[in-house]
Amino acid sequence: MPNMKKEKTPMPVQEPAVRARNFKEVALGYTKEDAMEEAARCLNCKNPFCMTGCPVKVHIPDFLQEVAKGDFDKAYEVLSLSTSLPAVCGRVCPQESQCEKECIRGKKGESVGIGRVERFVADYHNEHGTAKPQKAESNGHRVAIVGSGPAGLTCAGDLAKAGFEVTIFEALHTPGGVLTYGIPEFRLPKSIVAKEIENLKELGVKIETDVIIGKTVMVDDLQKEFGFEAVFIGSGAGLPNFMNLPGENLNGVLSANEFLTRNNLMKAYLPGAKTPIPKAKNAVIVGGGNVAMDAARTALRLGADSVKIVYRRTREDLPARLEEIEHAMEEGIEFLFLTNPVEIIGYSNPEDRRDPKNGSVIGMKCVKMEQGEPDASGRRRPVPIEGSEFVIDCDLVVMSIGTSPNPLILSTTPGLEATRKGGIAVDENGKSSQDGIYAGGDAVTGAATVILAMGAGKTAAKAIQEKILG
Amino acid sequence: MVEILEKEYLNPTVVRMKVKAPLVARNCEPGQFVIVRAEEGGERIPLTIADFDRQAGTVSIIFQIVGVGTRSLERKEVGGNLASFAGPLGKKTETEGLKKVCIVAGGVGSAIALPVAKKLYQQGCNVTTVAGFRNKDLVILEKEFRTYSQKFILMSDDGSVGEKGLVTDALEKEILAGEKFDRVIAIGPLVMMKFVSLLTKKYEVPTVVSMNPVMIDGTGMCGGCRLVVGGKTVFACVEGPEFDGHQVDFDLAMQKGMAYRSFEQKALEEDCNLFKKEAE
Repeated sequence: MPNMKKEKTPMPVQEPAVRARNFKEVALGYTKEDAMEEAARCLNCKNPFCMTGCPVKVHIPDFLQEVAKGDFDKAYEVLSLSTSLPAVCGRVCPQESQCEKECIRGKKGESVGIGRVERFVADYHNEHGTAKPQKAESNGHRVAIVGSGPAGLTCAGDLAKAGFEVTIFEALHTPGGVLTYGIPEFRLPKSIVAKEIENLKELGVKIETDVIIGKTVMVDDLQKEFGFEAVFIGSGAGLPNFMNLPGENLNGVLSANEFLTRNNLMKAYLPGAKTPIPKAKNAVIVGGGNVAMDAARTALRLGADSVKIVYRRTREDLPARLEEIEHAMEEGIEFLFLTNPVEIIGYSNPEDRRDPKNGSVIGMKCVKMEQGEPDASGRRRPVPIEGSEFVIDCDLVVMSIGTSPNPLILSTTPGLEATRKGGIAVDENGKSSQDGIYAGGDAVTGAATVILAMGAGKTAAKAIQEKILG
Repeated sequence: MVEILEKEYLNPTVVRMKVKAPLVARNCEPGQFVIVRAEEGGERIPLTIADFDRQAGTVSIIFQIVGVGTRSLERKEVGGNLASFAGPLGKKTETEGLKKVCIVAGGVGSAIALPVAKKLYQQGCNVTTVAGFRNKDLVILEKEFRTYSQKFILMSDDGSVGEKGLVTDALEKEILAGEKFDRVIAIGPLVMMKFVSLLTKKYEVPTVVSMNPVMIDGTGMCGGCRLVVGGKTVFACVEGPEFDGHQVDFDLAMQKGMAYRSFEQKALEEDCNLFKKEAE
């Protein structure tokens, strides 16, 4: 009999006041009992809508049934059929706009907590599982993957399971892409990312760090000189956007990429770290996505007295995951909706040109916005209200308004066509304009989510298999 | 991870290191840089390539010991490894079509200027090098510059070697003596590049400078290396590191260079204390 409770089994979390001052994971995870209780809420629909909402088509009712029975190993096997990164997906997928959005239980009450159970299954496996991933017998075909973020890791995992010899090339010194440099420890512990990558290595995937494809080695060389039959490019979204505001180059104005990379990849939050990070008293984050939430909550954990998020649209328009918004609000992050920055103000001491504070941020001038006519995205376009300017005192500004595709690979790979927005142009199977070159994730779409990148990696893996094996 | 093949002190605070890095050696050109990490957990340090040998698969870097990062690099010995050596990054120096060039090198910047001088000289360009140092103990690469320059002018702040004065004094003298340079390539401290650029602007000599701002990834991802060139914000790592000296906002670059100074000073003190304790 399914568990007919209307609400999800609650997720244990660290208290907001406590977690706002540490980098440990916020959500503590289900116990066995919690997971079984929640999984039992699944009605095991004949026609499971939840699966239609999943970009990698996890067999959701199947794994939930196994969890409800208490067979967590079997549940992990079911997950593994579709995803190489279940511990990651369970934590960072926007379930409320994907699988859980479609769940029938959501019509009368809350949908099944699919992400929470997925996370439990993966964590349980990583802690208790004894069976090592089995390396498939090699089919002798070699594939190169550019970038070790979610798209690359997924593509690599699927190909390795099918017997391909896969090498991933990573530009940074630690693999994981955005999972490593972008998403903070309190949302996705790096030990989990490392474990998922270990699992891939067990499958035979090789990872070469500190190799920048398009600089160290060209894509063409991978095919012609290094003998890879296909190349998948999952190099991410690259260049951070700025607003071209006066004062945007002052000291203390950082892109979210820089702020988070210093913190997460370079571990600047740890005592004795070799890489510095600005520890602000009053931080302002511009933007409303997951990255903005991550930056705001990182600034808070680094010791800020106040952290404000400035967003030009309304609360309903925030693109971030619901859970991140709620967590940020609980932790005391202030949200200034319908507000847009117009200028960043710097300190200047005319008496002493050598004053070390010269050129540092001391404030941000903003303007209030109101909702105008709907724009191309269907959302009502925010327009400035004349004369509504005001100044926020701050000593750190983090610009978190998206990224543009990095031109590094397009500019060094002849014949590779670009999209209008500067991404790599691909067809519905992830195939580019060049034979044997595939691409997916943010390198194609511009900034999007982990799971969409994984979906793209999966699609390309299938296309590569079909192309090489016929 | 790359192996250290050679290590040599060019002066008490400047070290040359040659490493085995065939993938970097295979594609690199003068003007490009690498990101180096001395050890796990260490900083990512951008360093311009000083020399390379494609056949042998080796690359040399030359660095001045200024902070904790370069100090940890200095502690590495031949036979040991560097945790990371990623590159080549940035754009190469444009040398095509140049017939007569003046290289202005200041301090440790000479290390980066030398491969440019060498490449120009080898392609038949007439090279004048003006190199400036604080005093005679700090002079590096003099012999090499003499090899790859038709004319070599050595300057020192205190007159202990070469002529007493600034590199700009020597450059202006050359220009006033009627030397017509297609281009001046200035590589050294920001303040030197600023004043070289001001001077050459006056005489309308096209000038290229090599910028070395703070950066993390070196591939365009962090945006920490932002500079303003010709009124436009650019990322030095992908659009540089070389820019038109007449367009660069040097004052902003100098201001940005101060951003982490207090952290660096504190870290250096701690590092020194640690080292003292180890020595005791």
